Amino acid sequence: MENKDPCISVVDLTMAYGDFVVMRNLNFTINHGDIFIIMGGSGCGKSTLLRHMIGLKPPARGEILYGDFNFWKAEPVKRQEMMRHVGVLYQSGALWSSLTLAENVALPLQQYTRLSKEKIREQVSLKLALVALSGFEDFYPSEISGGMRKRAGLARAMALDPEILFFDEPSAGLDPVSAKRLDDLILQLRDSLDATVVVVTHELASIFAIGSNSVFLDPESRTMIASGDPKKLLAEDHDPRIQTFLRRGETEED
Amino acid sequence: MEADVPSKQTMTEQLARHPAVKRVVFDATDLGPWDSSLLIFFFETSKLAAKKSIHVEKDGLPAGVRQLIDLATAVPKKEDARKSVSRAGFFARVGSDVTDFAKSTGDLVTFVGEAFDAFVRMITGRARFRASDLWLFLQEAGAQAVPIVSLISFLVGLILAFVGVLQLSMFGAEVYVADLVGIAMVREMGAIMTGIIMAGRTGAAYAAQLGTMQVNEEIDALETLAISPMEFLVLPRMVALAVMMPFLVLYANLMGILGGALVAVGMYDINILVYLNRTKAAIGLNDLFIGLFMGAVFGVLVALSGCLRGIQCGRSASAVGEAATSAVVTGIVAIIIATALITVLCSILGV
Repeated sequence: MENKDPCISVVDLTMAYGDFVVMRNLNFTINHGDIFIIMGGSGCGKSTLLRHMIGLKPPARGEILYGDFNFWKAEPVKRQEMMRHVGVLYQSGALWSSLTLAENVALPLQQYTRLSKEKIREQVSLKLALVALSGFEDFYPSEISGGMRKRAGLARAMALDPEILFFDEPSAGLDPVSAKRLDDLILQLRDSLDATVVVVTHELASIFAIGSNSVFLDPESRTMIASGDPKKLLAEDHDPRIQTFLRRGETEED
Repeated sequence: MEADVPSKQTMTEQLARHPAVKRVVFDATDLGPWDSSLLIFFFETSKLAAKKSIHVEKDGLPAGVRQLIDLATAVPKKEDARKSVSRAGFFARVGSDVTDFAKSTGDLVTFVGEAFDAFVRMITGRARFRASDLWLFLQEAGAQAVPIVSLISFLVGLILAFVGVLQLSMFGAEVYVADLVGIAMVREMGAIMTGIIMAGRTGAAYAAQLGTMQVNEEIDALETLAISPMEFLVLPRMVALAVMMPFLVLYANLMGILGGALVAVGMYDINILVYLNRTKAAIGLNDLFIGLFMGAVFGVLVALSGCLRGIQCGRSASAVGEAATSAVVTGIVAIIIATALITVLCSILGV
């Protein structure tokens, strides 16, 4: 993986559960350094699209390219190697409940690196400090609040200093202040780690605050109906479906 | 909501009696509190009126009712949204059941194959799992299961002796109850009872643990990190049960023999030393090893069925419950089938 544009390309992707097509003909490109928003109403397949991009569900048709690397055509071993450069924050945090926060963050490091115990411990403290969870090393996921679990999940996603970070509904279930803080954290991480960020969300505040590029999935026509900078979409796109979504259902005042 | 509004029947009759009616109005000036039944009454009336092309005016209703009516009629009924209850024919259902069965058998075979693969990787030292997990599972499946195993196998030994000694006393051969209890416990019952206890206790726990992890996306998180759930989650559980089961079976054998001795000594005045000597003479080393071997096999079966159902679990709370139930059923069925196979095999081999 070299740092060059474009970073991820989705080509003619069709997603399906058995015979049921969720989305078809998805074509978009995520450039290096983007904060790319996958948006759309509830249940339109945003998270499914994410599962395709992180290797949990093979596409019914089409391709996903990381740079020149054809993700789903490659050998499973190559795919795993690729996933080393990717961090994922799941909707519920998905911390391993039988491990402490420190062990959660350490596991990816143990899996992919040959660092000594001491070095791993340092890495873990640093990553937890970045998400303001210093001192919580020995807590189990069930002992901390939902917002803290999200942040701990983020610390685990960042464990291997990934080049691409995926977020599945980062602000779901958080109060507005915590959600705003998480947004700020995402921006800071993108800038300081020089990473590419893909966010699945339908929170308008987040979309406008952090998004630099986006794709809009429409459940009625089962495909994408717009892509580009969300602020530009709001100002320039006149498709009523997009305007309704981006303005919370309030009509455009001229 | 249980207050009286005129029923649909009454309305139909009244409308039929007065065919000249062209307009229905509501007068709510004397109306006190109202609830949703008024709305339903309004919709029923409008439906009846529409059939006879009578105009219904809602202006007389309270403002709140009018707003709710507007809200309920704002979005037209989505005809294709209601789930169609498709009633497939008999042959179609049989066919789909057969294909489902074939598919689940395929899943089972794949799972067993992957588990074996992981086991081979463990032996060659390439499998990744946490040693601390293995210790924890060894403790859970071993020491913590001792009380329940003690109770059940003691009682099973006691019951066997009780039923057996009654028959044997008819020939004055009470002392042979030691043979009966000893062979039955050591060769079959010790392993079977322990297996069934562990299926209900540990197999269900494994299914619930893995099922909850599936719901919580924890298994997805492992897979995206290229950590095989088979090695990380299934392998330590399987090894723990396979290691601890023979020990539990050995212990169950002892408890069963003690249970038998209680009946023989307490009720039939057989000397305890005589009882123990008869037991020692009756049980061969073969019997013991067959029992222990069955114990190890049952351990693997219980662990595999628990983990399989847990990993197959859907993403809801009720799915976790179903996974636990199904793990116990699968575990017990597997134990009984394996017992039959091993017993037949032993009789063919003559051990």
